[in-house]
Amino acid sequence: MKSLFLILAEGDEGGHTPESPLAVEPVEIVLSLVVFAILFYVIWKFVVPNFEKTYAERTAAIEGGLAAAETKQAEADAKLAELEAQLADARHEAARIREEAREQGAAIIAEMREQAQAESTRIVEHGKAQIEAERQQAVTSLRAEVGSLATNLAGRIVGESLDDDERQGRVVERFLAELETGTPGAN
Amino acid sequence: MNVAGSTIAAEGFGAPGPANFQYPELFSVGGVDVTKPMVQLVLAAALISAFLIIAARGRSLVPGRLQFAGEGAYGFVRNSVGRDIIGSHDFQRFVPYLVALFFFVLVNNLFASIPFIQFPTFSRASMAYALAGLSWIVYNAVGIHKHGLLGYLKLQCVPSGVGPAMLPLLVPLEFFSNILVRPATLALRLFANMFAGHLLLILFATGGLYLISDYGGAIGYVSGAAAWILAIAISFLEMLVQFLQAYVFVLLNAMYIQGALADEH
Repeated sequence: MKSLFLILAEGDEGGHTPESPLAVEPVEIVLSLVVFAILFYVIWKFVVPNFEKTYAERTAAIEGGLAAAETKQAEADAKLAELEAQLADARHEAARIREEAREQGAAIIAEMREQAQAESTRIVEHGKAQIEAERQQAVTSLRAEVGSLATNLAGRIVGESLDDDERQGRVVERFLAELETGTPGAN
Repeated sequence: MNVAGSTIAAEGFGAPGPANFQYPELFSVGGVDVTKPMVQLVLAAALISAFLIIAARGRSLVPGRLQFAGEGAYGFVRNSVGRDIIGSHDFQRFVPYLVALFFFVLVNNLFASIPFIQFPTFSRASMAYALAGLSWIVYNAVGIHKHGLLGYLKLQCVPSGVGPAMLPLLVPLEFFSNILVRPATLALRLFANMFAGHLLLILFATGGLYLISDYGGAIGYVSGAAAWILAIAISFLEMLVQFLQAYVFVLLNAMYIQGALADEH
């Protein structure tokens, strides 16, 4: 390889002057264009489509992932709402049952009270009827006894002299005494 | 360069110049001399193709390191240049062109800072002419395809909202700036940045070597060391310039295409 400075030196000596740096070199122009064309073809054919596909796939993957996440979120929200609705239903049901039980309890208590009332009334009534019957019986037997006593007394009074006040008094006294001793009509 | 160094020593310091950008042929194919910059062009295309094809091939939804790097680089051009400039409606069909252009310019520029290559391919003006000419064809073809030849010329040359009195003055100016000058500025911007950066690096590197090995003395050693330190600093600056020039080149392409597609001037 020749030294560059030797070339310069040769130029100064008038061997052949160096070309202007702006000189047009057809070979270099054509070569640049050909090499660039090949590079362009390679990039156009093999590089850009692959990168663009990767970008598109990545975008699709990200958007798909986002969409899937959104679907999942919506599903979860729906499930949550459903569960909450169920819970509210259950609470409502429980409240209803409690209310019903309270009402039933109150009804049972009222019924019991009524029954007891009826029973006590019945017992009282029964007692009253019994007392009345016994009274009636006593009145009947008393009436019969009083009748016989009165008849007895009347017979005695008639048997004695009724116009003697003294005697009359004695008869009544005696009668009463006999009544008290429990031996009426013994004499 | 050692041979060169000894040559210089005999004649004083030989400043680097345009001759440094003229490589002798490495070999010859069918009567065409193949030089180092030509090999670099092919090497850059091969490297970019390999990297992008392998990175894109996986097509994994959760990318690995290589795919992540590829997607990042591709997405940078696709989104922040293509989509943001051309607009989301039309940009997709220009993405292959913009991606190829960006990486082609970028890698060829970065060759200036890669050891053993150390030459920016686009400091060969003809190579920059080629890409600038292609850009010119692309944006004009896009505009003519969309608006028709007359419609496109009207779009590019007749600014809207300007009184008819101004048109004779503005139409030639607009034609000049939008149709004629653009490919020249595209090519020269890329070429001149790479050319100047490389020249500057050679100057500091060989100048430092000359100061230390031939000039000598305290002044020679101190200033030579300073020159080399500066050369390292300039190398980092150059890497920024290399990236920026690739970005600007593809950004302007996108802006020209957008302008050609626009409905209003």
